[in-house]
Amino acid sequence: MAEIPIAWFLTLSAVLFVLGVAGFLFRRNIITVFMSIELMLNAVNLSFVTFSYRLKQVDGNLFAFFVMVVAAAEAAVGLAIILTVFKNRSTLNIDEVETMKN
Amino acid sequence: MEVVIFLVFAIIAVVCAINVVVQTHPISSAISLVGVMGSLAVLYLLLGAEFLAAAQVIVYAGAVMVLFVFVIMLLNAGTESRKGRSFMVQLLGVPLLVTLLGLLAYIVQRIYPIGASVHFGGFTQGTPRDVGRALFSTYLLPFEVTSILILIAILGAIVLARKELD
Amino acid sequence: MDAFIVISLIKVLVVFAVLMTTLAYLQWVERKVIAHIQVRPGPYRVGPHGLLQPLADVVKLVTKEDLVPPYVNKPLYLAAPFLAITMSLLPISVIPFGPAIAVAGHQTYMQLTDLNIGVLFVLAVSSMGVYGIALAGWSSNNKYALLGGLRSSAQMISYELPLSLAIAAPLLLSNTLSLHDLVLTQDGGIWHWNILRGPFPQIFSFVIFLIAGFAETNRVPFDLPEAENELVAGFHTEYSSMKFASFFMAEYANMITVSSMATLLFLGGWTAPWPAAYGSSLAPVVIFAIAGVVALYHGFHPARRRDQRTFPVFGVIFLIIAGVFLLPMVQDWLLPLFWFCAKTGTLLFAFIWIRGTLPRFRYDQLMGFTWKFLFPVAMANLLVTGLLVAWFS
Repeated sequence: MAEIPIAWFLTLSAVLFVLGVAGFLFRRNIITVFMSIELMLNAVNLSFVTFSYRLKQVDGNLFAFFVMVVAAAEAAVGLAIILTVFKNRSTLNIDEVETMKN
Repeated sequence: MEVVIFLVFAIIAVVCAINVVVQTHPISSAISLVGVMGSLAVLYLLLGAEFLAAAQVIVYAGAVMVLFVFVIMLLNAGTESRKGRSFMVQLLGVPLLVTLLGLLAYIVQRIYPIGASVHFGGFTQGTPRDVGRALFSTYLLPFEVTSILILIAILGAIVLARKELD
Repeated sequence: MDAFIVISLIKVLVVFAVLMTTLAYLQWVERKVIAHIQVRPGPYRVGPHGLLQPLADVVKLVTKEDLVPPYVNKPLYLAAPFLAITMSLLPISVIPFGPAIAVAGHQTYMQLTDLNIGVLFVLAVSSMGVYGIALAGWSSNNKYALLGGLRSSAQMISYELPLSLAIAAPLLLSNTLSLHDLVLTQDGGIWHWNILRGPFPQIFSFVIFLIAGFAETNRVPFDLPEAENELVAGFHTEYSSMKFASFFMAEYANMITVSSMATLLFLGGWTAPWPAAYGSSLAPVVIFAIAGVVALYHGFHPARRRDQRTFPVFGVIFLIIAGVFLLPMVQDWLLPLFWFCAKTGTLLFAFIWIRGTLPRFRYDQLMGFTWKFLFPVAMANLLVTGLLVAWFS
């Protein structure tokens, strides 16, 4: 059986990234926007690991690991912010959180 | 055999990613995102990154996404309403995104023609031993900095989410 | 390649059959043990000493009306028990039951597959098990179920932290993540087991692992999410028949996984407590012979009239099993299997014993216990282990 060309992995990463950008730009629910950000980070992780395979070094895995850790920290703080916004404005629609006054 | 595994899990990843963007209720998007992460973990195994595959499932799919699912259940967020969407954004945005995708795919195909290929066993330095060795020797400073980053994130989350003392 | 596939299929079938029977009979054991703790006979009438009770329960659950309430979120409602039971049965595929044996000329491990990240695989799959419960609570569209599901998920992810730290400490001593090699490093007798060896015997890690394991499997004293007198029935309120049964099977499979991981990590897996040169191969013979003699004795002085017919039969069966352990041709695979099952069975008995003895924690006590006590203790334990291992190496 033929082996998989590296370009396929990178194309998959590009597709996932563009889907993440689409979700980020077009969705109005703040949690879905946040999940699109996580999707973009996952796509970038796949790129890192692919290049790590290509260059036969482990550093790409390390980069992906750090991206994962930072994404986890960001998810914790971001969801706390979302909870606070929901407590104050009672809405999860980012279009309705457009003024700083209540 | 690797081609079959790649195609199956790549298609699952793309379908779940489309589901994340398209579904109206956040909990369906969250479950689809878990599906994306799971299939990406299998693709990491194909690329020889075994520690990262396990870390992806333990940390990302098993902790971060549980946090998302928790918040969605706590806030009892309903489905998204359709008003307030700008038609202009979609009219301009979709062609631009398709252009971005085409550009990235073209660049990828130009840089990496058929020569390089992926198979099981092509990369053997993804074991926990090698990752740990690199993590504690070359990348010791980023490791310590991320531990402080996590501490800051914990403090921030606790301060933001606690009840105000009257 | 062909031999590998055939042997793997045979192993899968054997493990699946044994596992399903064990799950059913583990429930029988639990009911009998709790009954005897509460000074009553337990299941007694269906078959000799209630041994056909699991069969009766299976028939009852399968033929019950499978009601899907109209107000539930159907895709998630149907997926949740499936997810729960899949994630709880997956870790069994990496647990080694014995050493390498020869089957029809081919060398193979007594394990479905030996991953070199075996411990991480078990941790990963048990992290995914949280989804089954959270989605069951959410999709039932019922406030008791939602509360039970949320509480259970929060409890499970909070107790994953001391669990992971308690797993990391003996890994510092054994230096491998593969479960088969983990047992091989503990070979040689009871002083080589991780619980008693190295510069820092891992007794604290063992206790922390067991406590966190109780919480992970939602067993007493941490079973508030599914307590009958608190939350109707918690997260499985709206489930009936086979879906309900699959949640229970998932809970028992999780118990088996936690006990197996404890024996592999701390109690030396399938290695004997003292070397075979000093007669450890006679220990199962002695145990089964004593059990057979006691059963025969009670058969001749029965407490109840039924026992006069059943106890002698059990006595004879036990004596036959003791004789089987003396055969030389089964020594190299039956003895390690016996030690593994004995250790895992002892831990399962401890699970059941504690269920019959302790009251349950209140939810805030439970969460306070992990975040304020168990997690710092696990971290301190890991720190001390690391320091001592680095000092003495």
